[in-house]
Amino acid sequence: MTALTPVLPEAPQGGTPAKGPTTAARKSQRFANGKRGLEPWLYLAPAFIVLIALLGYPIFQLINVSLYDYRQAQVSGKAPLNFVGLENYQKLFADPQFWTVLGNTVVFATACVVFTLLVGSSLAVLATRLRPWVRSMLFVVSLGAWATPAVTGSAVWLFLFEPTLGLVNKSLVAIGLTQFEGYSWTYDKWSAFGLVASEVVWCSFPFVLVTVYAGIQAIPTEVIEAARIDGASMPRIARSIMLPMLRPIVIVVTIQSIIWNFKIFSQIYIMTNGGGIAGQNLVLNVYGYQQAFAASLYGLGSALGVIMTALLMVITLVYLRILKRTGEAL
Amino acid sequence: MKLARSAAAIAIAALALTACAPPTSNNAASSSDEQTGTVRVWLFSEVNQDPKSAVVKEAVTEFEAAHSGAKIDVQYIPVDSRAERFKAAFNDPSSAPDVAEFGNTDLASYVASGGLADVTEDIKSWDEAKDLDQKILDTTEIDGKNYGVPWFVGVRALYYRTDLLQQLGLEVPKTLDEVETVARAVRAANPDLLGISVGGAAQFSAMPYLWANGGEIATKEGDTFVAGLDSKESREGVAAYTRLLKDDICPAQTCAEFGGNASVQQFIAGKSAMTIGGDFNYKAVAASAIKDKFAVVPVPGKTAGSIAPAFAGGNNLGVFNSSERRTLAADFVKLLASKKYQQKMFDSMGNLPTFSDVQKSVAENNKQVEPFINTLGAGTKFVPVTENWSTIDAQGVFTGMYQKVVTGKADVNAATTEAATAMNTAFGAK
Repeated sequence: MTALTPVLPEAPQGGTPAKGPTTAARKSQRFANGKRGLEPWLYLAPAFIVLIALLGYPIFQLINVSLYDYRQAQVSGKAPLNFVGLENYQKLFADPQFWTVLGNTVVFATACVVFTLLVGSSLAVLATRLRPWVRSMLFVVSLGAWATPAVTGSAVWLFLFEPTLGLVNKSLVAIGLTQFEGYSWTYDKWSAFGLVASEVVWCSFPFVLVTVYAGIQAIPTEVIEAARIDGASMPRIARSIMLPMLRPIVIVVTIQSIIWNFKIFSQIYIMTNGGGIAGQNLVLNVYGYQQAFAASLYGLGSALGVIMTALLMVITLVYLRILKRTGEAL
Repeated sequence: MKLARSAAAIAIAALALTACAPPTSNNAASSSDEQTGTVRVWLFSEVNQDPKSAVVKEAVTEFEAAHSGAKIDVQYIPVDSRAERFKAAFNDPSSAPDVAEFGNTDLASYVASGGLADVTEDIKSWDEAKDLDQKILDTTEIDGKNYGVPWFVGVRALYYRTDLLQQLGLEVPKTLDEVETVARAVRAANPDLLGISVGGAAQFSAMPYLWANGGEIATKEGDTFVAGLDSKESREGVAAYTRLLKDDICPAQTCAEFGGNASVQQFIAGKSAMTIGGDFNYKAVAASAIKDKFAVVPVPGKTAGSIAPAFAGGNNLGVFNSSERRTLAADFVKLLASKKYQQKMFDSMGNLPTFSDVQKSVAENNKQVEPFINTLGAGTKFVPVTENWSTIDAQGVFTGMYQKVVTGKADVNAATTEAATAMNTAFGAK
């Protein structure tokens, strides 16, 4: 076992050179030639310019707008533009609906992330043990789900779960579960969330499947073989060899899932008709749309956008931090 | 070093924030009033577009013949994306039309955006204006000024199945209470049918119940509106409507999510004994499998013989504030909204006219519109004419109130109090 450890962190990162010596070399070079200080920035400039134009400016405007009382009347110049500072944020924090929506979002997104990862990873493991043609079938089918646009997927799921004519209810009634006759899946808050979550998992697990499968394939067979010769059991190999080697991939997939699932819009908007009965299925993104665009409260909507951005950054940072503390460097 | 750099970055960001406010556009009224050139017109596109285009074309030909050097350019825009279109036009006056058709519930928010021109004087000096239905004209008025000319109106009435009522020996309901008892009786005898298909999100079906019970959505007090949903009368109206969304009439499981269209669809599909539908739904019902088995009466009020006040929906024609051909634009509005062309629009599209005398004459010659015209004649009501109503509407405050009651999340008192508070907050936003 011990003989293997030096190989582990590097292997999946695809040829990243060992860190120690290069950094030291770079440092000494930099000290030798003072003018080099600007050069890296010059190389980075194109990327920076694109980032600032496409990311920096919109975020700046988002924060900017969130500090104003900015509605349609102000945009079209009918009413004076007033700087209100943090008033939009105060309004949100004082509104019980905001906290309900935030709670909904956290529970809903967490469930989506957990189930997407579970389904995707289990299928990835399964895929490594299937015969090639079965595996190809699995990939084609799941790529089909992945390729389906969110709008189409949502509409199809709604058809399947239609109360009276949908395939699901008809099948359930056919096998004797008569209480599902005319059962509306979108009536109850959590059954509606469950329905949407299942659609979200359905259309996002293929990404996890493909990525994790590629990760498993990238683990050199010698490593596994060596472990086996050393007498490690299969669960032990999975826990002590495969999982650590898959770590970077799992991290990326998890962060992607968190970000995607916190930002779910189309599925909720379509499947619960804009937020469900009396707004019971609102999540932050749909709530933000409702406030900013439907109700033309651009300032308030922007504040929601800022909160959401900040929240996602914090979640991602905390997640990375926890991982860093529990394991080796990324 | 690092600290200094981030401090500098924060300072720059703070400076930038205070230095540049978010973008605004100037939407002041245009000073020029040219008598020639092209007048751009936005009208809504329809599912069945041809008859509308034909009438409009006729009006355009007549207008261009009477105004030499003037041209009319008509564009048909989809109703669904109207909000984005109109907002874009207000933000960039150079891409705005001169004349537009718009829904009367949108008027107040358009006026608040400074997009619509005051046409009070044009209406005053127009000889046909005296015959305009006053209740309908009121829906275009803000602070004593009119911002549009009513082009057509839409009201809802009670559709019922003649065969089902006859089979059970039931009389056509003459009061709102009887609507409830008849609906319950039909469902008791036919458990597969909805007694009356109404919806938790069908706000315009719910409003007659509110108003017939003496309730109000909001009343104007001084400069602002005050919600009236928590009054005793309003609560009775809310309670009466939500009693329909129970298992013995229209189960909440099925009906809580219905909007107006969905509830009419149930009736068309033969799955309900009654519904509250609009004059604009008549054609679809008359073309369905139940075409020989239904009739329409006005939604009854509290007492026999009375009619519940209906919501006066409909579309207006208005002039854009930024128009550089204001006189021509107003002239075209007056032509297209004239008695002559409203009659033509009725003949081709079935749109109910907004002139009292034209309403009477079409009702005499077309029996099927009589219940709707009678509903109009009994007096209609409208949502609060303020830009805050579109915020309230978008936030689902009004429909959410009904949905909370029918799903058992709140009782009538709690739901109405909560909705009234939310509305007052929105009304207070200036």
